[in-house]
Amino acid sequence: MSHTSDNALHAIIEATGDLGFRDPLAGVDSRLPEGAAPADLAAYCLMLGDDALVMSHRLQQWCTRAPELEEEVALANIALDLLGQARLLLSRAAQIRNGAGDAGRGTAEGAAAGRWDEDRLAFFRDAAGFRNVRFAEAPHDDFAHAMVRLLVFSAWRLALLDRLSSSRDPVLAAVAAKGVKEVAYHRDHAAGWTVRLGDGTELSHLRAQRAWDAVLPEAAELLHVHEVEGRLAAAGVAADPSTARGELEDVLARVAEAATLRHRPPGRAPDGGTGRYGVHTPELDSLLAELQEVARAHPEATW
Amino acid sequence: MVTGRRSSGQAGRPAAPAGETATGRAREVAASVADPELPMLTLADLGVLRDVREEPGGGVTVTITPTYTGCPAVEAMRDDLRARLLREGFTGVEVRVVLDPPWTSDWISASGRRKLEAAGVAPPGPAPRRAPGPVPLTLGPRPPGRGVRCPRCGSGDTAELSPFGATACKALWRCRACAEPFERFKEI
Repeated sequence: MSHTSDNALHAIIEATGDLGFRDPLAGVDSRLPEGAAPADLAAYCLMLGDDALVMSHRLQQWCTRAPELEEEVALANIALDLLGQARLLLSRAAQIRNGAGDAGRGTAEGAAAGRWDEDRLAFFRDAAGFRNVRFAEAPHDDFAHAMVRLLVFSAWRLALLDRLSSSRDPVLAAVAAKGVKEVAYHRDHAAGWTVRLGDGTELSHLRAQRAWDAVLPEAAELLHVHEVEGRLAAAGVAADPSTARGELEDVLARVAEAATLRHRPPGRAPDGGTGRYGVHTPELDSLLAELQEVARAHPEATW
Repeated sequence: MVTGRRSSGQAGRPAAPAGETATGRAREVAASVADPELPMLTLADLGVLRDVREEPGGGVTVTITPTYTGCPAVEAMRDDLRARLLREGFTGVEVRVVLDPPWTSDWISASGRRKLEAAGVAPPGPAPRRAPGPVPLTLGPRPPGRGVRCPRCGSGDTAELSPFGATACKALWRCRACAEPFERFKEI
C-alpha cells in the first residue's frame, strides 16, 4: 500500500457526508412487477418484514438468558438473519409506498411529505399498524417454548420463502432466495433442540410437550390467506400460505416423532382477525415499547 | 441516509502506467480490499466482488453481493471500497449491491480457502445441491464432517459443536484428536 496514513474515516465522510447505515436496497433493481397493485405489494412486504422484525426481537430477548453460551450465539445469529430480512422487506415496502425512484430521499421536503423508510416503519408505527402474524409476537415461556415456536415459525417461513424465490417481483425473489439458505439452518437448529429436549430427561420431555401443546394450536393462523396474499399469489408475486400446509405438517410430524412428543397438527385457519389485519395481542405493545424506546426518545438521532 | 452517488460524477483517472486501463487498476484496488470481519481474505477471495467497471460518463461502479442478508459487514465493505478507491485517485465511486444470484460459499477462491485454513478457520465443503421439492429437513447433527480437517493438527476426527459462530458465516467445531475448538466456514 502506498499510503501510510490510513484515514478511511475522513474519506468516507468526505465522500458521503455521513457515516453509518444506508438504505439496504441502494443499488438494487427497484422495478415493480406488472399485474400487481403497488399498494398490495407494499402491504405484503410489510407483512413478511414485520414477521421477521418481531420474531427477531423475541429471539434477541434471549441474549444473556440462554442456557449456554453457544446457544446464545446461535439465537443472536438467527435474530440477525431475520433482522437483515426485515430491513430489506421494510425498505422495499417504503420504496414502493414512496413511488419508484429516490426523489426527496433524506431531504426536509421528503420528511415533511411523510416519506417512509425502514426506520420510520420499525420505530414509529404503533401496534395496530404492524402486519406480523400474532404467532411471532408471543413471549417465550421457557427455552423449550422458544425452540418449538422457532421450529414452527421457521418451517412455515422456509416454505413461503422457497415459493417466493420464483416471485415475479425481482426484489422479493432475491430476498427470498437468500432467506431460504438462512432459514433452513434456523429450522434445523430448532428441530434439533426439540428432539434433544423431547427425547431427553423426564423434565425436559415434560416441558417440551407442554411447549408443543401450547404452540401448535396457534400455528393455524400461519395458514390463513389474507386478501392481499390471495391477490398477489394469483398474480405470481406472493406465496399462498395455505399451500404450505402439507410441507409444514410433514416437518412437524417428523420432528414430533423423533422427539417422542404427542403431536397434534395445526387446526383450521381462523377467519380474519389475525395479526395480518392489525389485530394483535397486548404482548406486541410491550415488545414495541422496548424495541422503539430509544428511537422515540431521540427522534432526531441518526446512526 | 444517502446513496452512494456523488453529485458530480467526473471520472478522475489516476496516472496509470502505460498499458494499464483505469478499469483494470480499479479492479485491482477493489479486489485487494480486505473483508472487515475476515481480514485474512480480500473481497475477491471471498467471492463477494461481482463487477468493477469504469462508467462511460465517468466514475467507477463497483458491484458487491452480501454473504448473509443481515451481515453488517456489507456497510463496512461499501465504505472501505469507496475510501480505498478515492484514496487511489478515483472519483465518482459508486458501490452497488446485488442480491441475485445469491452468494454461495462455492465462490470463495482457492487462495481464499488456503488463507482461511492458515488462519485456523476450516474452509467450507461444496455447497449443498438441492433436489426439486421442499428443502429437506436435517434432524440431528449435520452430516458428520467428512473431510473436515482440524486446521490445527490436521486430524479428520472432528465434530460440530454449534452451527452458529462468531459471525453469520461460521460454525463452531472441535477436534476430538487435539481437543481444540475451531471455526468452520459454513457451506451455503
